[in-house]
Amino acid sequence: MGIFSKFSSIFGSAGEHTRDTSPGQLARDRLTVVLMHDRADISPGMMENMKHDIIEVIKKYVDIDEAEIDLALENEEDSVALVANIPIMTVLRRRRQGR
Amino acid sequence: MAPRVIVVTSGKGGVGKTTATANIATALAGLGKKVVAIDGDVGLRNLDVIMGLENRIVYTLVDAIDGICRLNQALIRDKRIENLYMIPTAQSKTKDAVTSDQMVKVCDELRSDFDYILIDSPAGIESGFRNAAAGADEALVVTTPEVSAVRDADRIIGLLESMEKSPIRLIVNRIRPHMVRKGDMLGVADVLDILAIDLVGMVPDDETVVTSSNKGEPLTLSGNSIAARAFKNIAARIAGEDVPFMNLDVPSGGGLFGFFKRAFGNGR
Repeated sequence: MGIFSKFSSIFGSAGEHTRDTSPGQLARDRLTVVLMHDRADISPGMMENMKHDIIEVIKKYVDIDEAEIDLALENEEDSVALVANIPIMTVLRRRRQGR
Repeated sequence: MAPRVIVVTSGKGGVGKTTATANIATALAGLGKKVVAIDGDVGLRNLDVIMGLENRIVYTLVDAIDGICRLNQALIRDKRIENLYMIPTAQSKTKDAVTSDQMVKVCDELRSDFDYILIDSPAGIESGFRNAAAGADEALVVTTPEVSAVRDADRIIGLLESMEKSPIRLIVNRIRPHMVRKGDMLGVADVLDILAIDLVGMVPDDETVVTSSNKGEPLTLSGNSIAARAFKNIAARIAGEDVPFMNLDVPSGGGLFGFFKRAFGNGR
């Protein structure tokens, strides 16, 4: 965070909007997401496909709540990470092979 | 001082590349540097009208490259200020009329005669931009505080980095301080955080930019408006002077006096 940010965070709260909903903040949030996808070269469509494939693989092993799966690119310090949050319903007992 | 070749670019069109090129070139000449501004937008000639030199064109960059004239015959001397020259491009040709190699050769030829060679790049990321940037050492990226412009700036910065231009510095143009203050617009801080490159200047949205382009007189020729000062500051920073940044993000102290009072240095 540069010195400009510090200044704008000190004075920015005097604005008419709450920080989360102001058009300026909205622009910033949208840009951040768009650029993460641009820089990683992963389109929202690819994310959907990847999410679908990951679900298929994980489903073979565990019972997951598909509706609650959250897969997103997130900023972590200086890098971008693919972060998945996959709620597990019950771990399936695996049948032992050959007995 | 070694001559410097600087491409002015943006990705997105209409953010003020040509205006920035004309004003910075004029301001650098005002600092006593010998400057040539080249219109790198073959087929969409604009720099000549912004600089008010459209009636002086005899030969163009393309003519010089095609061997119809010598390069110095395509140079137009700005009579209003010493040391300022412009090379117009052709209006009737297409982007392919000038190749990267030819552009490199033109820039290298001009290095022996000038302190600064500024190239106004076309919008976009295709051959027109690549050719315009080919001969440059450094880059100035112009953006406005809008999602689309910043996104394209990010893309162009990536390309400039891969072309090994250095330094690559940012100009944030058309800032509306009162909108930033209200939280209605991206501030310079936001843009810098997101793009993570060095800032060389910020230019507030100013009606004098419109009137100056109507008249064909770059603001930095004689103007003293806020945008004129901003462009002069940019030129001074490019020339290596340590000029404090105007701070356009914080609440107004009222009027022009308050505006300058708010100016602060951040050591960049």
